[in-house]
Amino acid sequence: MTMTDEPATNTHIGQSRLRREDPALLTGEAQFIDDMSLHGEIWVGIVRSTEAHATILAVDGSAALEIDGVTEVLSGADLAPLWGEGALPCAWPVTDDMRNPAHLPVATSVAKYVGDAVAVVLADSRYAAADGAAAVSVDYDPLPAVVDVEAAVAEGAPLVHEDLGTNESYTWPLIPDPEAVDEAFADAAHVVSERYVQQRLIPAPMEPRGVIAAPGVANGDLTLYSATQIPHILKVMTAVTLGVPEHKIRVVAPSVGGGFGCKLNVYAEEILCCALAMDRGVPVRWTESRSEAATATIQGRGQVQHIELAADANGRVKAVRVKLLADMGAYLQLVTPGVPLLGGFLYHGCYDVAHYSFECTSVFTNKTPTDAYRGAGRPEATYAIERAMDSLAVAVGVTPEEIRSRNFIAADAFPYESCAGLIFDSGDYQAVLDKAVEMADLPKVRAEQARRRADGSNRQIGVGFSSYVEMCGLAPSRVLASLNYGAGGWEAATVRVLPTAKVQVITGSTPHGQGHETSWSMIVADKLGIDPDDVEVLHSDTAISPTGLDTYGSRSLSVGGTAVFMATDKVLDKARLIAAHQLEANEDDLEYVEGAFRVKGTPTAEVPFAAIAFSAFTAHDLPDGMEPNLEAHVTYDPPNFTFPNGTHIAVVEVDTDTGDVEVVDYVAVDDCGNQVNPLIVEGQVHGGVLQGAAQALYEDAVYTDDGQIVTVNLGDYLVPSAAEAPVYRLASHVTPSPTNPMGVKGVGEAGTIAATPAVINAVVDALRPSGVADVTMPASPQTVWRAINEARGGAS
Amino acid sequence: MIPASFDYEVAESAEHAVALLAEHGDDAKLLAGGHSLIPMMRFRLATPTVLVDVGRLDDLRYINADNGTVSIGALTRHSELEHSPLLAESAPLLASVAALVGDPAVRHRGTLGGTLAHSDPASDLPAAVLALGGTIVARGPGGDREIAATDFFAGYFESALADDEMIVEVRVAANAGGWNYQKFNRRAQDWAIVGVAVADSGAGVSLVNMGSTPLRASAVEAAVAAGASAADAAAVAADGLQPPSDLNADADYRRHLARVFTERALRAAGVA
Repeated sequence: MTMTDEPATNTHIGQSRLRREDPALLTGEAQFIDDMSLHGEIWVGIVRSTEAHATILAVDGSAALEIDGVTEVLSGADLAPLWGEGALPCAWPVTDDMRNPAHLPVATSVAKYVGDAVAVVLADSRYAAADGAAAVSVDYDPLPAVVDVEAAVAEGAPLVHEDLGTNESYTWPLIPDPEAVDEAFADAAHVVSERYVQQRLIPAPMEPRGVIAAPGVANGDLTLYSATQIPHILKVMTAVTLGVPEHKIRVVAPSVGGGFGCKLNVYAEEILCCALAMDRGVPVRWTESRSEAATATIQGRGQVQHIELAADANGRVKAVRVKLLADMGAYLQLVTPGVPLLGGFLYHGCYDVAHYSFECTSVFTNKTPTDAYRGAGRPEATYAIERAMDSLAVAVGVTPEEIRSRNFIAADAFPYESCAGLIFDSGDYQAVLDKAVEMADLPKVRAEQARRRADGSNRQIGVGFSSYVEMCGLAPSRVLASLNYGAGGWEAATVRVLPTAKVQVITGSTPHGQGHETSWSMIVADKLGIDPDDVEVLHSDTAISPTGLDTYGSRSLSVGGTAVFMATDKVLDKARLIAAHQLEANEDDLEYVEGAFRVKGTPTAEVPFAAIAFSAFTAHDLPDGMEPNLEAHVTYDPPNFTFPNGTHIAVVEVDTDTGDVEVVDYVAVDDCGNQVNPLIVEGQVHGGVLQGAAQALYEDAVYTDDGQIVTVNLGDYLVPSAAEAPVYRLASHVTPSPTNPMGVKGVGEAGTIAATPAVINAVVDALRPSGVADVTMPASPQTVWRAINEARGGAS
Repeated sequence: MIPASFDYEVAESAEHAVALLAEHGDDAKLLAGGHSLIPMMRFRLATPTVLVDVGRLDDLRYINADNGTVSIGALTRHSELEHSPLLAESAPLLASVAALVGDPAVRHRGTLGGTLAHSDPASDLPAAVLALGGTIVARGPGGDREIAATDFFAGYFESALADDEMIVEVRVAANAGGWNYQKFNRRAQDWAIVGVAVADSGAGVSLVNMGSTPLRASAVEAAVAAGASAADAAAVAADGLQPPSDLNADADYRRHLARVFTERALRAAGVA
């Protein structure tokens, strides 16, 4: 790795800068999949199973074929030759003996969840495709369905996949020293033992999914337009799944309206449209409806957690023991089995705990597959430890902040090797908590809380803490290999200086709302001493950006941004050689100031960056043997994860007459390392906190006992709006990460990770005098009201 | 979801709309603001084959007050009710309730006539008109007829309108008595889980989403008239009712909420 000595001039990094992406998004100029149309395209309508588990006896398309515009009705069996053995990929076989049943894009004989594709209608318009899909009649022979994750592992449970003989996919343990854990529990003065349920969540990005597959018949090539987070991974997987030569495939993600992890996948509809397009020689497209997205797109969370803490008399935690049941749904999607593992290293939270035992058993159910959803494993882990720490505080008889302070990893302990085997990069957890406590004005809040408790007020106040640390910036490729992840964790960037000194940045990190164009331009502009508006950022098209691993896991800045940073350094290194040559000076005698190289101590002898850019293009006067042009490519593989952390404090009021919960104050202090654009950091925390609070209070993918999903639209599935958002009060504490040259960590998931336990801890704190020790999520008014009634021993 | 196919006619007048309804029979539906009907069509819960668009009948957008009666044109938007100084003075309950319907987009499209004709038991404005003892003026092939709000709501999403009738006007008595509306929901733009409207210091009380229609809480009204306290009057708010059960609330919890919010609404309306 080549690094210049020059520090970044930082005229842009660290400054809040409006996002350049927004004007096109706000005016409707941005092009999403559904804004596109291709000549000769045909539409796909998908007939989805109305049964949670059933044998498909017959598909009758005769009524659909009578509809004007419907051209074909195809069953799964009709389509099977198009993909042969090409099942949808799971790229994370976490154990060697993991059970991974073949998952075809359209079911041929048995439908395994409501929403499973069972037939396809081709039509000349989206309307005809929808009418046609509604008119197809499927004859089902229902089979027993297993819906609940605990029921799935019970003796005699119906089997999702009969041929596997079990509903268990894998068991993954992380128990470095089992005896030490047992001893810690045997010696403990306090043992906390809790069971928590992580309900399933529907990701619900603003834009549902959409696909257009366009074949190049003459050349045998294929362009796949998809509302995806992962065009690069999708290209590889499409090649592998369908046997199309990879160099013939181009994947384009146009403007993508959010993903939250649900577009980190290789979906049936992508493979289906590609296969049909190649077969028919015309563009084939599909647009997901909002209701379809409830079952056709992966869901998040879906875990039952058992967590135990062993602590001494002072509340110092000596060991954490976790047993997890994780709901995979009916099939394993791209990284389904790995999601619990991403939390599996973090169930001791930000606490200095010596001994650790984590075991996850993942099971199939007759429901939509789960997969990565904002935070992916880490929100679940943080919820369990932060709820359990509050229980421990009650057992020990100290405040939530005191129990945390007694257990925090000390600021001087970094780099800190955790009991789960990670090396935490940097942090000062106590300083972060102290700042949050001060901002929340706890003495005043608790005085009011005490007054209302004494008065028996019907508006009780609760204070909830959540101190978190997460691992992000995925990741060192070798570490991913040790977890059996099917890809690396590097990211690629090219910085290309054009003859007129304007700059193109090509990034393999694929934005879908994060503001990469703004942030990357700030990084490059700072280093080159130019205006960010002179830097264009290109992405999301494998023809333009052929190399990359895309956007997920809060990795963009710490991995992709670092690649951009390093590629800019390489450009500067070459520019310095050109400048030294032209100034007839030793390169070590040059300094780069305000966009020009000059000889130290001789300010008049200088070459501006623009002159170097043009020289590199003309190649008239370059050092001997130097290649023309000014361009550098870097592929950066991080040496470690990064470990953002923070403390959030939620203050809620609970209407004890109705059970209604209102978040009346929300303080978030986050350490995401150095910040490139604080405005974007703030936006990520706002959205993340509301998404986390949504799990606590609003969102729930509700299934009936026979596997019917109830919440298929945004009237029933309660995504909160701006009106429900608390007034956030945010602050930062910065401990730069030593892992990367910018000292950045990542902030895309932090709010979601922190907020859920903060809100629920606050609700429980409000109700503890009524005898309530737990509320299930979401803490809807009815749920809270019943919890109060049950604790009072009254009618429920 | 996208709707099934349908034909579309633009009505030039209320009479024209009525004639089009008569022509197409019960396959036709009137389209006003469309914020209830279009979502139902998108879910294919409603599949009318003809839509008769009355949304452009601007002569039916007005709020007048005369001799103690407030007359409101059927095509008056919720946002116009919300911001009308005349209504704020003469029927403040109606203006206040209108401000709580849906979100701003819904309030700028939705109409008073449309929400009454839709007869959704979970809608806010029908209950307000009911509490105010309003009158609905319907136009049919034979001319206009007046229907008391208490007789208007016939069943779940069913009104007393004939297939070839449309609402042209809504009348309520100007009333300066104590009033209040309590709307309980989880998100600001949602329908009420339970709502309670109080007009005329408790002489008119109605309930939202506590049955198959908006309901007049006559037992509560009678208790108030007999001098009961807010708490005692509210205690009978759910007596005999069979409210729905859904994801937000089962029937028992709804009955409880009806009592809680009736008491709060009565207190806010000045009933001690």
